[in-house]
Amino acid sequence: MEFLSSLFELIFTPAFAASVLRITTPILFAALGGIMARRCGILNLALEGTMLTAALFAVIGSALTKRAVLGGVSAALADPALVSKANFAGIIAGFIVGTVAGILMALFLAYMAVGLKADAYLAGLAINTMTTGGTVFILYMVAGDKGISSSLDSGSMPFIDLPIIKDIPILGEIFSGQNIMTYFSWICVAIVYFILFKTATGLRIRAVGETPSAAESVGVNVKKVQYIAMALSGLFCGFGGVSLSMSYVQFFSRGMTAGKGFIGMSAMNLGNASPVGTAVAAFLFGFFDAMANVMQSMSIPVQFVQAIPYVATLVGLVVFAIQSDNKVKKLKAKQAK
Amino acid sequence: MPEEILLMDKITKVYPNGFVANKDVTFSINKGEIHALMGENGAGKSTLMKILFGIEPFEEGRIVLKGKEVRFNGPLDAIANGVGMVHQHFMLVPSLTVAENVVLGMEPKKGGMFDFEEAVRITEEACNKYNLKVDARAKVEDLPVGNKQKVEIVKALVRGAEILILDEPTAVLTPQETAELFVELKHLKEQGHTIVFISHKLHEIKALCDRITILRLGKSVGKANVADVTEQDISRMMVGRDVVLKVDKTPAKPEETVLKVRDLKIIADTGKPIVNDISFSVRKGEILGMAGVEGNGQSQISEAITGLLGYQHGTISVNGVDLKGKSIRQIRELGVSHVSEDRNTYGAALVASVKDNILSDRYYKKEYNSGIMMNDKVINEMTDNLIKEFLIKCDDRDDQVKMLSGGNVQKVVVAREFSNKPALVIANQPTRGIDVGATEFIRKRLVELRDEGTAVLLISADLNELLELSDSLIVMNEGRIAAYLEDASVITDMILGEYMLGVRTQTPEEIARVAYD
Repeated sequence: MEFLSSLFELIFTPAFAASVLRITTPILFAALGGIMARRCGILNLALEGTMLTAALFAVIGSALTKRAVLGGVSAALADPALVSKANFAGIIAGFIVGTVAGILMALFLAYMAVGLKADAYLAGLAINTMTTGGTVFILYMVAGDKGISSSLDSGSMPFIDLPIIKDIPILGEIFSGQNIMTYFSWICVAIVYFILFKTATGLRIRAVGETPSAAESVGVNVKKVQYIAMALSGLFCGFGGVSLSMSYVQFFSRGMTAGKGFIGMSAMNLGNASPVGTAVAAFLFGFFDAMANVMQSMSIPVQFVQAIPYVATLVGLVVFAIQSDNKVKKLKAKQAK
Repeated sequence: MPEEILLMDKITKVYPNGFVANKDVTFSINKGEIHALMGENGAGKSTLMKILFGIEPFEEGRIVLKGKEVRFNGPLDAIANGVGMVHQHFMLVPSLTVAENVVLGMEPKKGGMFDFEEAVRITEEACNKYNLKVDARAKVEDLPVGNKQKVEIVKALVRGAEILILDEPTAVLTPQETAELFVELKHLKEQGHTIVFISHKLHEIKALCDRITILRLGKSVGKANVADVTEQDISRMMVGRDVVLKVDKTPAKPEETVLKVRDLKIIADTGKPIVNDISFSVRKGEILGMAGVEGNGQSQISEAITGLLGYQHGTISVNGVDLKGKSIRQIRELGVSHVSEDRNTYGAALVASVKDNILSDRYYKKEYNSGIMMNDKVINEMTDNLIKEFLIKCDDRDDQVKMLSGGNVQKVVVAREFSNKPALVIANQPTRGIDVGATEFIRKRLVELRDEGTAVLLISADLNELLELSDSLIVMNEGRIAAYLEDASVITDMILGEYMLGVRTQTPEEIARVAYD
């Protein structure tokens, strides 16, 4: 009892709710990337590595651009107008470079899976392993450090106070003042829905993912559609990477995705690749992740809490499978009579 | 004078493995007719249509469409020239709506977005024009099979098909849906469309088609106005016997019942019954042949007996032991051997050695093990003996099975299945696609097994084989037994063909005799 009341005290606070939104952001982006891949029929196991790569290149792109604009002058000594110009350029460059890195990574997987017909599962695993070490290598080359990019002066995406909402008690604390990437991730849910269900390309992606032979028989270029969908998958992973290294923290550290790509993939599976369902699942995972954070101050093993969403996924999948199996059995039993 | 819309002139198609699928086939259809293309499995119908549709290249001959010689480089090319095809396996995306399936690949757009309402309009317009009733907004996965087929037809028509090829369209339909389809096809014909109708079912062709072309063994053996020929004529043209391989055998001396199948019912995942309330028995020392056009339940029966497929109703017993709930090993322990029609999936493990394939049904038995180790000496000796006895051509018992020819792979399967003193052998297409020598060998062994007192159920598409080997015959038609022919030696392929195609059927009393109750 005492335990529950202290847990509730920690959870029922605006700060906790705000942290859920913050933690969910990269998970949601990865999940959206997962939706695009799944919908075109490719297993994208590389969400994690793609996001990690994007996070690193966002920082590098941002820092190098900033340095170039400043022209070697220390920010502390430079003209304030030049500094703000450099900051702005750094943010834009970081966003673009990170996103492009994400797209290229996903296209690399697509090339292996679609172009070379390699096993997407193995290729995805390979990309994850490669990026785990590769990002550290590149970080060391650029920043001279194997753990963190603090020697690079990279930018941060802006934090935004929402007008009107920010003045509402509680709601304002929760929803206002988040990073722009957090709000952008919500918009992206709508964008993914729009692409999949309101455009001809989306129709083709869904058709190709479900029944490639049917799509091919009416002249749809299956490979082209899969490359497009995978580029979009990489785009959202790229956003996820930017949100990791250029918003709530402004650096890259080794392995900073910490499984968020895989959590995003689970969310996509739990939401059955529907944009809204996936978003709900992503927030659920974000909630448990945030809870694990606050429970560190209590006597419960964090690992136990972190396992909850995965156990829930497994239970959900089993129930779903049993249900559809029963349906077929019932149909057969009815016919047998 | 009818106008010829399509001529396939002296088409010859040889597959890379040397199999001649079509030899000098001439196929001509007139504008506005429904033309039936008939033939047994493997007669070359599908190959001919694949050639027309641009899926398969051909070696000799020419295709003349509306007076112009054409050669299609693929289905899209064919579609662009007004040739549409409704495949046996539907090319539809289940989770999309009917309208979305219809316009896929040529989506209407408005302001850069997919215009769903326009897609619905296009679909409904075609549905009304051709009198095909289907809800454009429904999801395809929710539709019954008959309506899915209509969606396929609408798809082809919207893309401008003038010639519509339907590959065994009624195979998946209920009688009511079939009747509905026929009304719609006749309506299409009145509007000037030309239809090629592929089917095995004589009464359907009689009811629907104007003219008929019959293929047998890759050659066209007949062309006629449907009105001028009887069903018997057609069946005679379709089922002709070729080279006869004689098997010496004495009359059977059947003893007690070994396999007893009673009121067996098997339902497909679609909910359609594939095997419908059949009862039969196989006795010790006899070969019961099971004839039938493929897809009339024979495969499911053999899989149900051997434990590969569940069944919903009825009983199967071997020597008085009910097989319900028994594992495949338990069924095998009762002395049931299975020569599967699918050699590469159930018959043999292609990447495993000859020895391992033979060992796979007996590795756990005491005689092949000493302690926790396998007894290599005994195993090698057993394997080498079988290789010798069954004339398996391989360099070594450790050769991978995939290195062997089809006939030798089948000999490996047969060596395993025939050498464990079976009480019952289920032989499903035991000689399909293998050379004459191996065929003869396997047939001889089957008769020997029978003489040693094994009960044999022989399922085959090769009428020759059935008539030569079987002591008695049952004929399957649409999941039921259409006939029981007690003495196979007095049956002709003609009569067999008529039962297979449903021209003739026996009374339930005559059929019930095969239960020997």
